[in-house]
Amino acid sequence: MSIIKISDDALARAGGADAIAAAFAKKGHEVHRTSSWGMQWLEPLVEIDGKGFGPATLVDVDAILDGSSDKAIGVIADHPFIKGQQRLTFARAGKTRPLSLEDYEATGGWSGLRRARQIGPEQIVAEVLESGLRGRGGAGFPTGIKWKTVLGAQVGQKYIVCNADEGDSATFADRMVMEGDPFALIEGMAIAGEAVGATQGYIYCRSEYPDAIRKLNAALKLCAGIIAPFTCEVRVGAGAYVCGEETSLLNSLEGKRGEVRAKPPLPALEGFMGRPTVVNNVLSLAAVPHILMEGGAKAYADYGMGRSKGTMPVQLAGNIKHGGLYEVAFGISLDELVNDIGGGTASGRPVKAVQVGGPLGAYIHPDQFDIPFDYEAFAAADALIGHAGITVFDDTADMGSMARFAMEFCAAESCGKCTPCRIGSVRGTEILDRIRAGRDSGVARERDRLELAPQMHNTTKNVARSVEEEITLLADLCETMKFGSLCALGGFTPYPVTSALRHWPEDFTDNTEAVAKALDAAK
Amino acid sequence: MSTLELKIGEIIAEHRTKEGPLLPILHDVQHEFGCVDAEAEKIIAAGLNLSRAEVHGVVSFYHDFKPAADPRPVVQVCRAEACKARGIEAIIGDAEKAAGERVKIETVYCLGLCSAGPAARTGDDLHIRLDSQSITRLVEEA
Repeated sequence: MSIIKISDDALARAGGADAIAAAFAKKGHEVHRTSSWGMQWLEPLVEIDGKGFGPATLVDVDAILDGSSDKAIGVIADHPFIKGQQRLTFARAGKTRPLSLEDYEATGGWSGLRRARQIGPEQIVAEVLESGLRGRGGAGFPTGIKWKTVLGAQVGQKYIVCNADEGDSATFADRMVMEGDPFALIEGMAIAGEAVGATQGYIYCRSEYPDAIRKLNAALKLCAGIIAPFTCEVRVGAGAYVCGEETSLLNSLEGKRGEVRAKPPLPALEGFMGRPTVVNNVLSLAAVPHILMEGGAKAYADYGMGRSKGTMPVQLAGNIKHGGLYEVAFGISLDELVNDIGGGTASGRPVKAVQVGGPLGAYIHPDQFDIPFDYEAFAAADALIGHAGITVFDDTADMGSMARFAMEFCAAESCGKCTPCRIGSVRGTEILDRIRAGRDSGVARERDRLELAPQMHNTTKNVARSVEEEITLLADLCETMKFGSLCALGGFTPYPVTSALRHWPEDFTDNTEAVAKALDAAK
Repeated sequence: MSTLELKIGEIIAEHRTKEGPLLPILHDVQHEFGCVDAEAEKIIAAGLNLSRAEVHGVVSFYHDFKPAADPRPVVQVCRAEACKARGIEAIIGDAEKAAGERVKIETVYCLGLCSAGPAARTGDDLHIRLDSQSITRLVEEA
């Protein structure tokens, strides 16, 4: 009897994969719980002899077994969604059992670490530099340079910290690595330890990922002997979005409030407990074992475009027909990702906007869908790749409320250390409320008691602000937040706000000309 | 010694040799008692040689730590961008209606199930592709 593969990824499990797996087992079949292929609209996906059936439910079990199921999608590896990808970090996705050392070893596991131990620190750093790997967490800082800095620091104890606080909406690639291929992440960390001379690692995982935490802990137990003398521990976050920022994460790890630290000093020199620390995202570290294989660095650098080398695990999410994980070389256009691969919206309505890079990423209009996926190209278009999550919205989305949500989210999650973020986000919410209230009621807001006070020299006393004045004020506030905030939370919140304003002014006010005028004047 | 002191003492002893032991301790205390209240903060502060203000500062910073226990069952509903794009705002009213005073509906930002939202979490169980009916059922069964 053939082996049946069903993912034990959190998304598949949320879709009922456990019950389906149990049903197959009850019928006497051997069931392997593997990682997920990443075709999430088909989860729970049942695989028999390479052929897939999904999204499966309990009633489909008999039909799948006798070959009459209408959920058949054919050979999974030949599916266009899988075939078009260049899977390096996710090479094992869908194929191996996450906690099987045997499966990991059989698919090239630990060979990067073994080779790293032979070639020594300088050569490891040189190869990571050669690969062109840039931090996958969002900032895109070259990983090799970070490692070189830590290697050069002449201090005893050093640390490897894995940032697994994947808080951005529309991102789940870190979760899929931790749940689907935990040994790859651990191997990447052990290699980093080898490279910089660190023997202790920490994985800071958010508390919203119970499955990932459980699997990482189990994986660490299983491979403790292999990675020794390197040791690693999982630490669990406590629901603070800002702890995804590296210095805030370090404070949290030390048991403090997750407040952002001013840089310098760089964490590479004074990080966890004031010691030199490598802080890397899950995807950056999970890419390392592949790079460290014989010839891996060059092979990695051959993918991509410009200064964006290698592949990016893109996450297609929100209102999209074919949502999931799509690892591909840099350079692919948004149009291909959203319309060709993603199949447009799940609701079948026209695409209105996509947000790339999580809550802090710009809203991109379909007119701009020709932008190639590349750090520099996105920056030039006033947008960011971030962690490469793409949220698709259909034409029912109200961009005014999304812009307000961006400010509201920033206010809720601000660590409170710097003023532009802490106060600016609250004021931003208020301005957006005023602009939008003016549209609905047609009446401008009355001045409040505070604004009428004689001490408030810069408020107009007699008439309420016009839409144009409100937008000018908002643009000015965004400018202050962008350049005055300590970290990306306050600094990037203006991106979704101003991009929504610029492209969809009609969702804010009837006086759309005033918006364009005020935004241009502010530029 | 009260049972609270004994139990928290055990938790502190388990973690105290760690580098940065406070968060693991707070997680365990939250898990054990459903909250980290002023009394617990006092015991933890004494155990780690910190001031109560320092401990309170940390407890109040993080959403996961509650100042008082809430006996109601909790349904965490994601209301971040991706779930908004998939229509959580249209059905959150149904969840709140079904919850009434009996169930606590908590907003979370992202459960990492962003292509299959609206998503929710009860305990360690996750739920995807929720609609008006299924979210109502989820809350009623919580």
